[in-house]
Amino acid sequence: MDTDQQQVAFDALIASDGRVEPRDWMPEGYRKTLIRQIAQHAHSEIIGMQPEGNWITRAPSLRRKAILLAKVQDEAGHGLYLYSAAETLGMSREEMLDLLHAGRQRYSSIFNYPTPTWADVAAIGWLVDGAAITNQVPLTRCSYGPYARAMIRICKEESFHQRQGFESQLQLSNGTPEQHAMAQDAIDRWWWPSLMMFGPPDDDSPNSAQSTAWGIKRFSNDELRQRFVDICVPQAQTLGLTLPDPDLCWNAERGHYDYGVIDWTEFQQVLKGNGPCNRQRIATRRQAHSDGAWVREAAAAYAAKKQAAGATVPVAA
Amino acid sequence: MSTPNSPLWEVFVRPSRGTNHVHVGSIHAADATLALQNARDLYTRRGEGVSIWVVRSSDVTASSPEEKDSFFEPSADKPYRHPTFYTIPDGVEHL
Repeated sequence: MDTDQQQVAFDALIASDGRVEPRDWMPEGYRKTLIRQIAQHAHSEIIGMQPEGNWITRAPSLRRKAILLAKVQDEAGHGLYLYSAAETLGMSREEMLDLLHAGRQRYSSIFNYPTPTWADVAAIGWLVDGAAITNQVPLTRCSYGPYARAMIRICKEESFHQRQGFESQLQLSNGTPEQHAMAQDAIDRWWWPSLMMFGPPDDDSPNSAQSTAWGIKRFSNDELRQRFVDICVPQAQTLGLTLPDPDLCWNAERGHYDYGVIDWTEFQQVLKGNGPCNRQRIATRRQAHSDGAWVREAAAAYAAKKQAAGATVPVAA
Repeated sequence: MSTPNSPLWEVFVRPSRGTNHVHVGSIHAADATLALQNARDLYTRRGEGVSIWVVRSSDVTASSPEEKDSFFEPSADKPYRHPTFYTIPDGVEHL
């Protein structure tokens, strides 16, 4: 088939809501868009271990510590599922990591905010993972098969993340006045950045139309943001905490909650690298990577030595 | 600082005894032993499996999507291989 025929076949596949698989012909723009998006997503999971990892050694109980360890381990796992999906598009994991470390591939801006109190761990679980799930559930129907399959696994596991955050937030809210104030303070700081996680407003999101046409994106940024707001308002009431937006109110005509204006200048600043923790996050990631170099080298040397000695492994059964 | 490549492995998990190993994804590891351990940590954190296979991705031979139609053509025109091809009078049981 020539390129025109391949394009026709690809368009027909997308139009019929079919799935694209790694060895299918695909337009270069589709491939590039997916690599950029999946790599960004993978990097977000990996960098996302840092804000919460900050609290593992200081979790207030063994129960909370075990939960947090499992959650941070899940984030590492999610990163690896996603790197695998991106690799099927022809970019190696090593190259993606190098691009992350060089600042040439992005991760979600949300992870550039600090976690100064234990309540931040709860707020991340409830709000940040809640926003992530809202974004990710439609991606389980993304037109690219490996990405959609990775998202199915991830969404199943994220559900625990959000619920543990909500439970922890509720426990703090119902605790001492100091604990309640700490929970409220965390919500005050995480609410607006969580809304920014859905990306720029629809009229300022140049890539959205193409991603929608390709079946990568199923709902617009503003639609998903609205869905998240509508989910959170009653949950905040159960928690006994206030979402820090005086304009938040039910709009019976729209059947949705109205919310205030998002500070997109802040979003742009964090995106440009001027958020509270941008430099720290990348420095920590680079350090972890270079600290692990000897392990990778030793494993490769041991594998080469065993192969030279003609070692065998157990056969499948 | 560039990162050296480690081989890619395809991972197959048997969810429980009596079922097939099913492809669940892939993983990087220097050798088969590490691939098995990494696959356990990545793909069976919640009791998803009782057995794992790992296969070097480079050892997998796959059919080509470009040749899908001609490759699978021999099975496309043989409806008589399906039980629904045959007309049976009403009232005949156990058939």
